[in-house]
Amino acid sequence: MKTRPWQDRLGDVGRYGLLALLALLFLIPFYLILRNAFMTDAQITSFHWSWLPLPPHGENFQQLFKDPAAPLLTGLENSAIIAITTLVLQMLFSSMAGYALARIPARGRSVVFFLIVATLMIPGAVTFVPTYAVMAYLGGVNTRWGIIAPGLFSAFSTFLFRQFYLGFPAEIEEAGQLDGLGYFGIYWHLLVPNSTSVLMSLGVLTFIGSWNSFLWPLVIGQDPSSWTVQVVLSTFLTAQTLELAHLFAAAAIGILPLVIVFLLMQRYIVEGAKFSGGK
Amino acid sequence: MQSTDTHLNANHARKFSRRERSATLAFWAFVAPMVIGLTVFTLIPIVWGFLLSLSHAQNTIHVGHFIGLANYQDLLTDEQFLRSLWTVVIFALFIVPLTYVVSLSLALLVNRVGWGRPFFRTVFFLPSAVSYVVASLIWRVSLFNGLPFGFANKVISAFGVGPIAWIGTVNPPWYWLVLVTARLWLQVGFYMIIFLAGLQEIPRSVYEAAAVDGADRGWAVLRHITLPQLRNTSISVLLLNLIAAFQAFDEFYNILGGSGASVGNTALARPPLVYLYGLALSDQDFGRGTAGAFILTMLIFAVTLIQGRILGFGQAD
Repeated sequence: MKTRPWQDRLGDVGRYGLLALLALLFLIPFYLILRNAFMTDAQITSFHWSWLPLPPHGENFQQLFKDPAAPLLTGLENSAIIAITTLVLQMLFSSMAGYALARIPARGRSVVFFLIVATLMIPGAVTFVPTYAVMAYLGGVNTRWGIIAPGLFSAFSTFLFRQFYLGFPAEIEEAGQLDGLGYFGIYWHLLVPNSTSVLMSLGVLTFIGSWNSFLWPLVIGQDPSSWTVQVVLSTFLTAQTLELAHLFAAAAIGILPLVIVFLLMQRYIVEGAKFSGGK
Repeated sequence: MQSTDTHLNANHARKFSRRERSATLAFWAFVAPMVIGLTVFTLIPIVWGFLLSLSHAQNTIHVGHFIGLANYQDLLTDEQFLRSLWTVVIFALFIVPLTYVVSLSLALLVNRVGWGRPFFRTVFFLPSAVSYVVASLIWRVSLFNGLPFGFANKVISAFGVGPIAWIGTVNPPWYWLVLVTARLWLQVGFYMIIFLAGLQEIPRSVYEAAAVDGADRGWAVLRHITLPQLRNTSISVLLLNLIAAFQAFDEFYNILGGSGASVGNTALARPPLVYLYGLALSDQDFGRGTAGAFILTMLIFAVTLIQGRILGFGQAD
Protein backbone atom coordinates (compact mmCIF):
# COMPACT_ATOMS: atom_id res chain seq x y z
CA MET A 1 0.00 0.00 0.00
CA LYS A 2 1.24 3.43 -0.96
CA THR A 3 1.57 5.84 1.95
CA ARG A 4 0.20 9.25 1.22
CA PRO A 5 2.89 11.92 1.03
CA TRP A 6 2.77 14.64 3.67
CA GLN A 7 1.93 17.22 0.97
CA ASP A 8 -1.35 15.42 0.37
CA ARG A 9 -2.34 15.53 4.00
CA LEU A 10 -1.33 19.18 4.25
CA GLY A 11 -3.45 19.81 1.16
CA ASP A 12 -6.40 18.16 2.90
CA VAL A 13 -6.02 20.38 5.95
CA GLY A 14 -5.80 23.45 3.73
CA ARG A 15 -8.87 22.42 1.73
CA TYR A 16 -11.00 21.76 4.79
CA GLY A 17 -9.84 25.01 6.38
CA LEU A 18 -10.74 26.96 3.26
CA LEU A 19 -14.09 25.20 2.88
CA ALA A 20 -15.00 25.84 6.51
CA LEU A 21 -14.15 29.52 6.12
CA LEU A 22 -16.19 29.82 2.93
CA ALA A 23 -19.11 27.95 4.51
CA LEU A 24 -19.14 30.45 7.38
CA LEU A 25 -19.08 33.33 4.90
CA PHE A 26 -22.02 31.85 2.97
CA LEU A 27 -24.05 31.39 6.15
CA ILE A 28 -23.60 34.98 7.43
CA PRO A 29 -26.69 36.36 5.62
CA PHE A 30 -28.89 33.60 7.10
CA TYR A 31 -27.44 34.31 10.50
CA LEU A 32 -28.14 38.04 10.13
CA ILE A 33 -31.82 37.44 9.26
CA LEU A 34 -32.36 35.24 12.31
CA ARG A 35 -30.36 37.46 14.65
CA ASN A 36 -32.20 40.62 13.66
CA ALA A 37 -35.63 38.97 13.55
CA PHE A 38 -35.36 38.08 17.24
CA MET A 39 -33.96 41.44 18.45
CA THR A 40 -35.52 44.77 19.28
CA ASP A 41 -34.71 47.75 17.07
CA ALA A 42 -32.60 49.21 19.87
CA GLN A 43 -30.51 46.04 19.98
CA ILE A 44 -30.08 45.94 16.18
CA THR A 45 -28.90 49.53 15.92
CA SER A 46 -26.83 49.39 19.11
CA PHE A 47 -23.23 50.52 18.87
CA HIS A 48 -22.21 47.42 20.79
CA TRP A 49 -22.44 44.38 18.59
CA SER A 50 -24.07 41.37 20.24
CA TRP A 51 -23.79 38.10 18.39
CA LEU A 52 -26.89 36.48 19.80
CA PRO A 53 -30.39 37.90 20.26
CA LEU A 54 -30.64 37.41 24.02
CA PRO A 55 -33.27 37.26 25.27
CA PRO A 56 -34.98 36.32 21.96
CA HIS A 57 -37.86 38.63 21.07
CA GLY A 58 -40.37 36.28 19.49
CA GLU A 59 -43.11 38.87 19.85
CA ASN A 60 -41.81 40.53 16.65
CA PHE A 61 -43.65 37.87 14.71
CA GLN A 62 -46.93 38.33 16.56
CA GLN A 63 -46.80 42.10 16.18
CA LEU A 64 -45.97 41.75 12.49
CA PHE A 65 -49.11 39.73 11.79
CA LYS A 66 -51.25 42.11 13.81
CA ASP A 67 -49.93 45.19 11.98
CA PRO A 68 -52.72 46.32 9.62
CA ALA A 69 -50.19 48.30 7.56
CA ALA A 70 -48.32 45.11 6.69
CA PRO A 71 -50.32 42.86 4.32
CA LEU A 72 -47.94 39.95 4.88
CA LEU A 73 -50.67 37.30 5.28
CA THR A 74 -52.29 38.34 2.00
CA GLY A 75 -48.87 38.19 0.38
CA LEU A 76 -48.18 34.70 1.67
CA GLU A 77 -51.59 33.52 0.52
CA ASN A 78 -51.14 35.02 -2.95
CA SER A 79 -47.63 33.59 -3.29
CA ALA A 80 -48.72 30.11 -2.19
CA ILE A 81 -51.66 30.00 -4.61
CA ILE A 82 -49.58 31.40 -7.47
CA ALA A 83 -46.60 29.09 -6.92
CA ILE A 84 -48.69 25.92 -6.53
CA THR A 85 -50.89 26.65 -9.55
CA THR A 86 -47.82 27.44 -11.65
CA LEU A 87 -46.11 24.26 -10.52
CA VAL A 88 -49.05 21.96 -11.33
CA LEU A 89 -50.19 23.50 -14.61
CA GLN A 90 -46.74 24.21 -16.02
CA MET A 91 -45.73 20.59 -15.46
CA LEU A 92 -49.01 19.33 -16.97
CA PHE A 93 -48.92 21.54 -20.09
CA SER A 94 -45.24 21.06 -20.81
CA SER A 95 -45.23 17.29 -20.27
CA MET A 96 -48.30 16.97 -22.51
CA ALA A 97 -46.71 19.01 -25.27
CA GLY A 98 -43.35 17.27 -24.77
CA TYR A 99 -45.04 13.87 -25.10
CA ALA A 100 -46.84 14.82 -28.29
CA LEU A 101 -43.70 16.32 -29.82
CA ALA A 102 -41.64 13.26 -28.98
CA ARG A 103 -44.02 10.39 -29.68
CA ILE A 104 -47.07 11.24 -31.78
CA PRO A 105 -46.28 11.29 -35.49
CA ALA A 106 -48.56 13.95 -36.92
CA ARG A 107 -48.81 16.71 -39.45
CA GLY A 108 -47.61 20.05 -38.15
CA ARG A 109 -45.25 18.58 -35.60
CA SER A 110 -42.18 20.31 -36.97
CA VAL A 111 -44.00 23.65 -37.07
CA VAL A 112 -44.88 23.37 -33.37
CA PHE A 113 -41.35 22.28 -32.52
CA PHE A 114 -39.97 25.28 -34.38
CA LEU A 115 -42.31 27.56 -32.39
CA ILE A 116 -40.98 26.09 -29.13
CA VAL A 117 -37.33 26.45 -30.11
CA ALA A 118 -37.85 30.00 -31.38
CA THR A 119 -39.51 30.95 -28.07
CA LEU A 120 -36.55 29.49 -26.20
CA MET A 121 -34.28 32.14 -27.68
CA ILE A 122 -36.30 35.10 -26.44
CA PRO A 123 -34.93 36.55 -23.19
CA GLY A 124 -37.93 36.27 -20.87
CA ALA A 125 -37.72 39.30 -18.63
CA VAL A 126 -37.10 41.71 -21.49
CA THR A 127 -40.56 41.16 -22.93
CA PHE A 128 -42.33 42.36 -19.80
CA VAL A 129 -43.40 45.65 -21.39
CA PRO A 130 -45.16 44.15 -24.42
CA THR A 131 -46.61 41.31 -22.30
CA TYR A 132 -47.93 43.92 -19.89
CA ALA A 133 -49.68 45.64 -22.80
CA VAL A 134 -51.40 42.36 -23.78
CA MET A 135 -52.28 41.63 -20.14
CA ALA A 136 -53.78 45.09 -19.71
CA TYR A 137 -55.88 44.45 -22.82
CA LEU A 138 -57.06 41.10 -21.42
CA GLY A 139 -57.93 42.68 -18.07
CA GLY A 140 -55.38 40.73 -16.05
CA VAL A 141 -53.83 43.67 -14.20
CA ASN A 142 -54.24 43.39 -10.41
CA THR A 143 -55.46 39.81 -10.62
CA ARG A 144 -53.89 36.55 -9.52
CA TRP A 145 -54.47 34.91 -12.89
CA GLY A 146 -52.72 37.83 -14.55
CA ILE A 147 -49.64 37.09 -12.47
CA ILE A 148 -49.93 33.34 -13.05
CA ALA A 149 -50.87 33.00 -16.73
CA PRO A 150 -47.64 33.83 -18.63
CA GLY A 151 -45.64 31.55 -16.31
CA LEU A 152 -47.72 28.49 -17.18
CA PHE A 153 -46.31 28.11 -20.67
CA SER A 154 -42.66 27.22 -20.64
CA ALA A 155 -40.91 26.44 -23.89
CA PHE A 156 -37.92 25.40 -21.84
CA SER A 157 -39.79 22.74 -19.81
CA THR A 158 -41.51 21.51 -22.98
CA PHE A 159 -38.16 21.12 -24.68
CA LEU A 160 -36.75 19.16 -21.73
CA PHE A 161 -39.79 16.86 -21.57
CA ARG A 162 -39.53 16.21 -25.29
CA GLN A 163 -35.87 15.22 -24.93
CA PHE A 164 -36.76 13.01 -21.99
CA TYR A 165 -39.64 11.21 -23.75
CA LEU A 166 -37.56 10.69 -26.90
CA GLY A 167 -35.42 8.35 -24.82
CA PHE A 168 -38.30 6.02 -23.96
CA PRO A 169 -38.30 2.63 -25.77
CA ALA A 170 -40.73 2.13 -28.67
CA GLU A 171 -42.20 -0.89 -26.86
CA ILE A 172 -44.11 1.50 -24.59
CA GLU A 173 -46.64 2.29 -27.32
CA GLU A 174 -46.92 -1.37 -28.29
CA ALA A 175 -47.57 -2.38 -24.70
CA GLY A 176 -50.14 0.38 -24.40
CA GLN A 177 -51.93 -0.68 -27.56
CA LEU A 178 -52.05 -4.27 -26.34
CA ASP A 179 -53.77 -2.99 -23.20
CA GLY A 180 -56.19 -1.06 -25.37
CA LEU A 181 -54.86 2.34 -24.40
CA GLY A 182 -55.18 5.35 -26.68
CA TYR A 183 -52.74 8.26 -26.79
CA PHE A 184 -54.14 9.76 -23.63
CA GLY A 185 -54.02 6.44 -21.79
CA ILE A 186 -50.41 5.88 -22.84
CA TYR A 187 -49.48 9.36 -21.64
CA TRP A 188 -51.32 9.14 -18.34
CA HIS A 189 -50.76 5.49 -17.37
CA LEU A 190 -47.36 4.74 -18.89
CA LEU A 191 -45.36 7.94 -19.38
CA VAL A 192 -46.34 10.14 -16.43
CA PRO A 193 -45.70 7.45 -13.78
CA ASN A 194 -42.29 6.86 -15.36
CA SER A 195 -41.28 10.51 -15.34
CA THR A 196 -41.68 11.32 -11.66
CA SER A 197 -37.99 12.20 -11.30
CA VAL A 198 -38.14 14.79 -14.10
CA LEU A 199 -41.51 16.08 -12.88
CA MET A 200 -40.10 16.50 -9.36
CA SER A 201 -36.85 18.13 -10.51
CA LEU A 202 -38.44 20.63 -12.86
CA GLY A 203 -41.44 21.06 -10.59
CA VAL A 204 -39.45 22.06 -7.55
CA LEU A 205 -37.37 24.52 -9.61
CA THR A 206 -40.60 25.94 -11.05
CA PHE A 207 -42.05 26.33 -7.56
CA ILE A 208 -38.94 28.11 -6.23
CA GLY A 209 -38.76 30.34 -9.30
CA SER A 210 -42.41 31.28 -9.00
CA TRP A 211 -42.26 31.99 -5.25
CA ASN A 212 -39.16 34.14 -5.69
CA SER A 213 -40.11 35.95 -8.89
CA PHE A 214 -40.39 39.68 -8.56
CA LEU A 215 -40.54 41.78 -11.73
CA TRP A 216 -43.75 40.39 -13.24
CA PRO A 217 -45.74 40.29 -9.95
CA LEU A 218 -44.55 43.86 -9.32
CA VAL A 219 -45.74 44.99 -12.76
CA ILE A 220 -49.13 43.23 -12.61
CA GLY A 221 -49.93 43.37 -8.89
CA GLN A 222 -50.22 47.10 -8.38
CA ASP A 223 -52.93 46.89 -5.76
CA PRO A 224 -51.94 45.63 -2.26
CA SER A 225 -54.59 42.89 -2.47
CA SER A 226 -52.67 41.21 -5.31
CA TRP A 227 -49.15 41.68 -3.89
CA THR A 228 -47.04 38.55 -3.57
CA VAL A 229 -44.78 38.09 -0.59
CA GLN A 230 -41.81 39.43 -2.60
CA VAL A 231 -43.69 42.59 -3.53
CA VAL A 232 -44.75 43.07 0.10
CA LEU A 233 -41.15 42.69 1.31
CA SER A 234 -39.87 45.00 -1.41
CA THR A 235 -42.42 47.64 -0.47
CA PHE A 236 -41.41 47.45 3.20
CA LEU A 237 -37.77 47.71 2.15
CA THR A 238 -37.90 50.56 -0.35
CA ALA A 239 -40.42 52.62 1.62
CA GLN A 240 -38.74 51.84 4.95
CA THR A 241 -41.99 52.21 6.80
CA LEU A 242 -41.45 49.21 9.02
CA GLU A 243 -39.33 48.72 12.12
CA LEU A 244 -36.08 46.93 11.32
CA ALA A 245 -36.89 43.99 13.59
CA HIS A 246 -40.25 43.51 11.88
CA LEU A 247 -38.64 43.79 8.47
CA PHE A 248 -36.31 40.90 9.32
CA ALA A 249 -39.10 38.88 10.90
CA ALA A 250 -41.02 39.28 7.63
CA ALA A 251 -37.98 38.25 5.59
CA ALA A 252 -37.51 35.18 7.79
CA ILE A 253 -41.14 34.16 7.18
CA GLY A 254 -40.72 34.85 3.46
CA ILE A 255 -37.80 32.44 3.04
CA LEU A 256 -38.83 29.79 5.58
CA PRO A 257 -41.12 27.78 3.23
CA LEU A 258 -38.44 27.70 0.57
CA VAL A 259 -35.60 26.73 2.89
CA ILE A 260 -37.74 23.79 4.04
CA VAL A 261 -38.63 22.80 0.46
CA PHE A 262 -34.97 23.16 -0.48
CA LEU A 263 -33.63 20.98 2.30
CA LEU A 264 -36.27 18.27 1.77
CA MET A 265 -36.04 18.21 -2.02
CA GLN A 266 -32.36 18.93 -2.51
CA ARG A 267 -31.73 15.75 -4.48
CA TYR A 268 -34.32 16.79 -7.07
CA ILE A 269 -33.13 20.38 -7.17
CA VAL A 270 -29.61 19.18 -7.96
CA GLU A 271 -31.03 17.10 -10.83
CA GLY A 272 -33.05 20.07 -12.05
CA ALA A 273 -30.00 22.33 -11.97
CA LYS A 274 -28.12 19.82 -14.11
CA PHE A 275 -30.97 19.76 -16.66
CA SER A 276 -31.03 23.54 -16.77
CA GLY A 277 -27.31 23.61 -17.33
CA GLY A 278 -27.68 21.47 -20.40
CA LYS A 279 -26.48 18.24 -18.83
CA MET B 1 -56.42 -13.29 -56.07
CA GLN B 2 -55.73 -9.97 -57.64
CA SER B 3 -58.99 -8.53 -56.41
CA THR B 4 -58.50 -9.61 -52.78
CA ASP B 5 -55.10 -8.00 -52.86
CA THR B 6 -56.36 -4.60 -53.94
CA HIS B 7 -59.20 -4.99 -51.51
CA LEU B 8 -56.70 -5.60 -48.68
CA ASN B 9 -54.58 -2.69 -49.80
CA ALA B 10 -57.51 -0.33 -49.88
CA ASN B 11 -58.58 -1.56 -46.47
CA HIS B 12 -55.07 -1.06 -45.18
CA ALA B 13 -54.86 2.44 -46.61
CA ARG B 14 -58.18 3.41 -45.10
CA LYS B 15 -57.18 2.03 -41.73
CA PHE B 16 -53.83 3.77 -41.95
CA SER B 17 -55.31 7.12 -42.82
CA ARG B 18 -57.79 6.77 -40.01
CA ARG B 19 -54.94 6.11 -37.63
CA GLU B 20 -53.02 9.03 -39.07
CA ARG B 21 -56.02 11.27 -38.62
CA SER B 22 -56.51 10.20 -35.01
CA ALA B 23 -52.79 10.76 -34.38
CA THR B 24 -53.05 14.29 -35.76
CA LEU B 25 -56.12 14.93 -33.66
CA ALA B 26 -54.41 13.61 -30.52
CA PHE B 27 -51.26 15.60 -31.29
CA TRP B 28 -53.11 18.89 -31.51
CA ALA B 29 -55.15 18.12 -28.39
CA PHE B 30 -51.93 17.54 -26.46
CA VAL B 31 -50.08 20.61 -27.69
CA ALA B 32 -53.09 22.95 -27.71
CA PRO B 33 -52.62 24.51 -24.22
CA MET B 34 -48.94 25.17 -24.89
CA VAL B 35 -49.44 26.51 -28.41
CA ILE B 36 -52.29 28.79 -27.34
CA GLY B 37 -50.40 29.97 -24.26
CA LEU B 38 -47.16 30.72 -26.08
CA THR B 39 -49.11 32.47 -28.83
CA VAL B 40 -51.04 34.70 -26.45
CA PHE B 41 -48.25 35.45 -23.97
CA THR B 42 -45.15 35.40 -26.16
CA LEU B 43 -45.85 35.70 -29.88
CA ILE B 44 -48.67 38.23 -29.79
CA PRO B 45 -46.77 40.44 -27.29
CA ILE B 46 -43.77 40.45 -29.63
CA VAL B 47 -45.81 41.45 -32.66
CA TRP B 48 -47.96 43.90 -30.71
CA GLY B 49 -44.89 45.24 -28.94
CA PHE B 50 -43.11 45.78 -32.23
CA LEU B 51 -46.08 47.74 -33.60
CA LEU B 52 -46.25 49.73 -30.34
CA SER B 53 -42.56 50.53 -30.66
CA LEU B 54 -43.35 52.17 -34.01
CA SER B 55 -46.26 54.12 -32.53
CA HIS B 56 -46.76 57.15 -30.41
CA ALA B 57 -48.32 55.27 -27.49
CA GLN B 58 -48.41 57.57 -24.49
CA ASN B 59 -50.96 56.44 -21.89
CA THR B 60 -52.32 53.86 -24.28
CA ILE B 61 -51.61 50.27 -25.22
CA HIS B 62 -53.32 50.65 -28.58
CA VAL B 63 -51.43 50.67 -31.83
CA GLY B 64 -52.30 53.25 -34.41
CA HIS B 65 -50.47 56.52 -34.34
CA PHE B 66 -47.44 55.36 -36.32
CA ILE B 67 -44.33 57.50 -36.07
CA GLY B 68 -41.76 55.25 -37.74
CA LEU B 69 -38.51 54.75 -35.90
CA ALA B 70 -38.79 57.92 -33.80
CA ASN B 71 -38.99 55.96 -30.51
CA TYR B 72 -35.80 54.10 -31.35
CA GLN B 73 -34.12 57.35 -32.35
CA ASP B 74 -35.22 59.02 -29.12
CA LEU B 75 -33.86 56.21 -27.00
CA LEU B 76 -30.56 55.90 -28.81
CA THR B 77 -29.95 59.61 -28.21
CA ASP B 78 -31.37 59.48 -24.67
CA GLU B 79 -28.40 59.85 -22.37
CA GLN B 80 -30.13 58.02 -19.50
CA PHE B 81 -30.98 55.00 -21.63
CA LEU B 82 -27.47 54.82 -23.08
CA ARG B 83 -26.05 55.06 -19.60
CA SER B 84 -28.31 52.19 -18.51
CA LEU B 85 -26.83 50.06 -21.29
CA TRP B 86 -23.34 50.91 -20.06
CA THR B 87 -24.36 50.12 -16.51
CA VAL B 88 -25.46 46.62 -17.45
CA VAL B 89 -22.32 46.03 -19.54
CA ILE B 90 -20.15 47.03 -16.56
CA PHE B 91 -22.23 44.80 -14.32
CA ALA B 92 -21.80 41.86 -16.70
CA LEU B 93 -18.05 42.47 -16.86
CA PHE B 94 -17.89 42.11 -13.07
CA ILE B 95 -20.41 39.37 -12.40
CA VAL B 96 -19.81 36.93 -15.27
CA PRO B 97 -16.06 36.26 -14.77
CA LEU B 98 -16.41 36.38 -10.97
CA THR B 99 -19.27 33.88 -10.96
CA TYR B 100 -17.33 31.63 -13.31
CA VAL B 101 -14.17 31.61 -11.19
CA VAL B 102 -15.92 31.31 -7.83
CA SER B 103 -18.39 28.59 -8.84
CA LEU B 104 -15.70 26.56 -10.60
CA SER B 105 -13.36 26.91 -7.60
CA LEU B 106 -16.11 25.81 -5.22
CA ALA B 107 -16.87 22.81 -7.42
CA LEU B 108 -13.20 21.80 -7.59
CA LEU B 109 -12.83 22.17 -3.82
CA VAL B 110 -16.02 20.28 -2.96
CA ASN B 111 -15.21 17.59 -5.51
CA ARG B 112 -11.82 16.92 -3.90
CA VAL B 113 -13.05 16.25 -0.37
CA GLY B 114 -14.66 13.01 0.71
CA TRP B 115 -15.89 13.51 4.23
CA GLY B 116 -18.43 16.33 4.61
CA ARG B 117 -19.01 16.81 0.88
CA PRO B 118 -22.84 16.80 1.11
CA PHE B 119 -22.68 19.36 3.92
CA PHE B 120 -20.51 21.83 2.00
CA ARG B 121 -22.51 21.33 -1.18
CA THR B 122 -25.73 22.14 0.68
CA VAL B 123 -24.28 25.24 2.34
CA PHE B 124 -23.06 26.73 -0.95
CA PHE B 125 -26.24 25.78 -2.80
CA LEU B 126 -28.70 26.95 -0.13
CA PRO B 127 -28.69 30.66 -1.16
CA SER B 128 -30.39 29.54 -4.41
CA ALA B 129 -33.57 29.15 -2.35
CA VAL B 130 -33.47 32.83 -1.35
CA SER B 131 -35.15 35.50 -3.45
CA TYR B 132 -33.34 38.56 -4.79
CA VAL B 133 -35.71 40.68 -2.72
CA VAL B 134 -34.72 39.04 0.57
CA ALA B 135 -31.02 39.08 -0.33
CA SER B 136 -31.32 42.79 -1.19
CA LEU B 137 -33.00 43.35 2.16
CA ILE B 138 -30.15 41.69 4.08
CA TRP B 139 -27.47 43.38 2.00
CA ARG B 140 -29.01 46.83 2.23
CA VAL B 141 -30.27 46.97 5.79
CA SER B 142 -27.87 44.71 7.66
CA LEU B 143 -24.75 43.52 5.84
CA PHE B 144 -23.83 46.75 4.04
CA ASN B 145 -25.73 49.20 6.18
CA GLY B 146 -23.84 52.49 6.09
CA LEU B 147 -24.28 53.10 9.80
CA PRO B 148 -21.83 51.73 12.38
CA PHE B 149 -24.16 48.81 13.27
CA GLY B 150 -23.94 47.34 9.76
CA PHE B 151 -22.10 44.02 9.69
CA ALA B 152 -19.44 45.04 7.16
CA ASN B 153 -18.74 48.23 9.11
CA LYS B 154 -18.50 46.19 12.29
CA VAL B 155 -15.92 43.96 10.64
CA ILE B 156 -13.78 46.80 9.29
CA SER B 157 -13.96 48.62 12.61
CA ALA B 158 -11.98 45.70 14.05
CA PHE B 159 -9.17 46.84 11.72
CA GLY B 160 -9.56 50.43 12.83
CA VAL B 161 -11.37 51.59 9.67
CA GLY B 162 -14.30 53.94 10.16
CA PRO B 163 -17.82 53.17 8.89
CA ILE B 164 -18.39 53.43 5.14
CA ALA B 165 -21.66 54.43 3.47
CA TRP B 166 -21.54 51.42 1.14
CA ILE B 167 -24.59 52.24 -0.93
CA GLY B 168 -24.41 56.02 -0.98
CA THR B 169 -20.73 56.53 -1.76
CA VAL B 170 -20.02 57.55 -5.34
CA ASN B 171 -16.24 57.80 -5.13
CA PRO B 172 -15.08 55.08 -4.86
CA PRO B 173 -18.28 53.37 -6.10
CA TRP B 174 -18.75 50.95 -3.23
CA TYR B 175 -22.34 50.24 -4.36
CA TRP B 176 -20.91 47.95 -7.05
CA LEU B 177 -19.44 45.80 -4.30
CA VAL B 178 -22.89 45.56 -2.72
CA LEU B 179 -24.68 44.75 -5.99
CA VAL B 180 -22.12 42.24 -7.25
CA THR B 181 -21.70 40.32 -3.97
CA ALA B 182 -25.47 39.96 -3.59
CA ARG B 183 -25.85 38.24 -6.97
CA LEU B 184 -22.66 36.27 -6.43
CA TRP B 185 -23.97 34.84 -3.17
CA LEU B 186 -27.33 34.00 -4.72
CA GLN B 187 -26.13 32.26 -7.86
CA VAL B 188 -22.68 30.66 -7.45
CA GLY B 189 -24.14 27.57 -5.75
CA PHE B 190 -26.36 26.85 -8.76
CA TYR B 191 -23.44 27.05 -11.19
CA MET B 192 -21.27 25.04 -8.77
CA ILE B 193 -23.81 22.20 -9.07
CA ILE B 194 -23.57 22.34 -12.87
CA PHE B 195 -19.76 22.24 -12.67
CA LEU B 196 -19.87 19.34 -10.19
CA ALA B 197 -22.01 17.40 -12.67
CA GLY B 198 -19.49 18.22 -15.40
CA LEU B 199 -16.56 17.13 -13.23
CA GLN B 200 -18.21 13.82 -12.48
CA GLU B 201 -18.51 13.08 -16.18
CA ILE B 202 -14.78 13.30 -16.80
CA PRO B 203 -13.59 9.70 -17.09
CA ARG B 204 -11.00 8.58 -14.55
CA SER B 205 -8.89 7.13 -17.33
CA VAL B 206 -8.07 10.63 -18.58
CA TYR B 207 -6.48 11.50 -15.25
CA GLU B 208 -4.71 8.17 -15.07
CA ALA B 209 -3.23 8.72 -18.51
CA ALA B 210 -2.04 12.15 -17.39
CA ALA B 211 -0.45 10.67 -14.29
CA VAL B 212 1.54 8.30 -16.49
CA ASP B 213 2.75 11.33 -18.42
CA GLY B 214 3.93 12.84 -15.16
CA ALA B 215 1.24 15.52 -14.83
CA ASP B 216 -0.61 14.34 -11.75
CA ARG B 217 -1.22 17.35 -9.61
CA GLY B 218 -2.15 20.98 -9.44
CA TRP B 219 -2.18 23.49 -12.23
CA ALA B 220 -0.98 21.22 -14.99
CA VAL B 221 -3.94 18.88 -14.56
CA LEU B 222 -6.37 21.76 -14.23
CA ARG B 223 -5.09 23.53 -17.32
CA HIS B 224 -4.51 20.60 -19.62
CA ILE B 225 -7.23 18.18 -18.57
CA THR B 226 -9.97 19.48 -16.31
CA LEU B 227 -10.66 22.79 -18.06
CA PRO B 228 -10.68 21.36 -21.62
CA GLN B 229 -12.97 18.53 -20.45
CA LEU B 230 -15.31 21.12 -18.91
CA ARG B 231 -15.45 23.16 -22.10
CA ASN B 232 -19.12 22.56 -22.89
CA THR B 233 -20.16 23.04 -19.27
CA SER B 234 -18.20 26.28 -19.11
CA ILE B 235 -19.84 27.62 -22.24
CA SER B 236 -23.35 26.92 -21.00
CA VAL B 237 -22.55 28.44 -17.58
CA LEU B 238 -21.14 31.60 -19.19
CA LEU B 239 -24.07 31.89 -21.56
CA LEU B 240 -26.81 31.42 -18.94
CA ASN B 241 -25.05 33.83 -16.63
CA LEU B 242 -24.48 36.50 -19.27
CA ILE B 243 -28.10 36.47 -20.45
CA ALA B 244 -29.30 36.66 -16.83
CA ALA B 245 -26.93 39.57 -16.07
CA PHE B 246 -28.30 41.65 -18.95
CA GLN B 247 -31.79 41.19 -17.49
CA ALA B 248 -30.81 42.36 -14.01
CA PHE B 249 -33.61 44.15 -12.23
CA ASP B 250 -34.43 42.85 -8.74
CA GLU B 251 -31.29 43.75 -6.78
CA PHE B 252 -30.86 47.14 -8.47
CA TYR B 253 -34.47 48.04 -7.78
CA ASN B 254 -34.40 46.84 -4.17
CA ILE B 255 -30.90 47.81 -3.06
CA LEU B 256 -30.77 51.23 -4.69
CA GLY B 257 -34.47 52.04 -5.04
CA GLY B 258 -36.53 54.14 -2.70
CA SER B 259 -40.14 55.19 -2.35
CA GLY B 260 -42.29 56.77 0.30
CA ALA B 261 -40.23 57.87 3.28
CA SER B 262 -36.88 56.64 1.99
CA VAL B 263 -34.71 58.33 -0.59
CA GLY B 264 -33.36 56.00 -3.24
CA ASN B 265 -30.08 55.97 -5.10
CA THR B 266 -31.37 54.47 -8.35
CA ALA B 267 -29.58 57.15 -10.35
CA LEU B 268 -26.23 55.65 -9.29
CA ALA B 269 -26.69 52.48 -11.32
CA ARG B 270 -29.83 51.95 -13.34
CA PRO B 271 -29.83 48.88 -15.61
CA PRO B 272 -32.07 48.89 -18.71
CA LEU B 273 -34.94 46.93 -17.15
CA VAL B 274 -35.21 49.39 -14.26
CA TYR B 275 -35.19 52.24 -16.76
CA LEU B 276 -37.83 50.56 -18.94
CA TYR B 277 -39.94 49.80 -15.88
CA GLY B 278 -40.04 53.52 -15.10
CA LEU B 279 -40.73 54.39 -18.73
CA ALA B 280 -43.63 51.96 -19.13
CA LEU B 281 -45.18 51.83 -15.65
CA SER B 282 -44.57 55.34 -14.28
CA ASP B 283 -44.50 57.44 -17.46
CA GLN B 284 -46.97 55.12 -19.25
CA ASP B 285 -44.94 55.55 -22.44
CA PHE B 286 -45.47 52.16 -24.08
CA GLY B 287 -44.03 53.22 -27.44
CA ARG B 288 -40.61 53.95 -26.04
CA GLY B 289 -40.90 51.20 -23.42
CA THR B 290 -41.35 48.52 -26.08
CA ALA B 291 -38.70 50.08 -28.33
CA GLY B 292 -36.25 49.83 -25.43
CA ALA B 293 -37.18 46.18 -24.90
CA PHE B 294 -36.34 45.44 -28.53
CA ILE B 295 -33.04 47.31 -28.36
CA LEU B 296 -32.06 45.33 -25.25
CA THR B 297 -33.10 42.04 -26.88
CA MET B 298 -30.93 42.88 -29.89
CA LEU B 299 -28.04 43.70 -27.56
CA ILE B 300 -28.44 40.34 -25.79
CA PHE B 301 -28.52 38.53 -29.17
CA ALA B 302 -25.39 40.41 -30.26
CA VAL B 303 -23.48 39.62 -27.08
CA THR B 304 -24.57 35.97 -27.23
CA LEU B 305 -23.41 35.74 -30.85
CA ILE B 306 -20.07 37.37 -30.04
CA GLN B 307 -19.56 34.94 -27.19
CA GLY B 308 -20.57 32.08 -29.47
CA ARG B 309 -18.05 33.26 -32.08
CA ILE B 310 -15.26 33.31 -29.51
CA LEU B 311 -16.08 30.16 -27.56
CA GLY B 312 -18.44 28.18 -29.77
CA PHE B 313 -21.98 27.35 -28.72
CA GLY B 314 -21.16 24.24 -26.75
CA GLN B 315 -21.94 21.61 -29.37
CA ALA B 316 -19.53 18.79 -29.91
CA ASP B 317 -16.65 20.01 -32.07
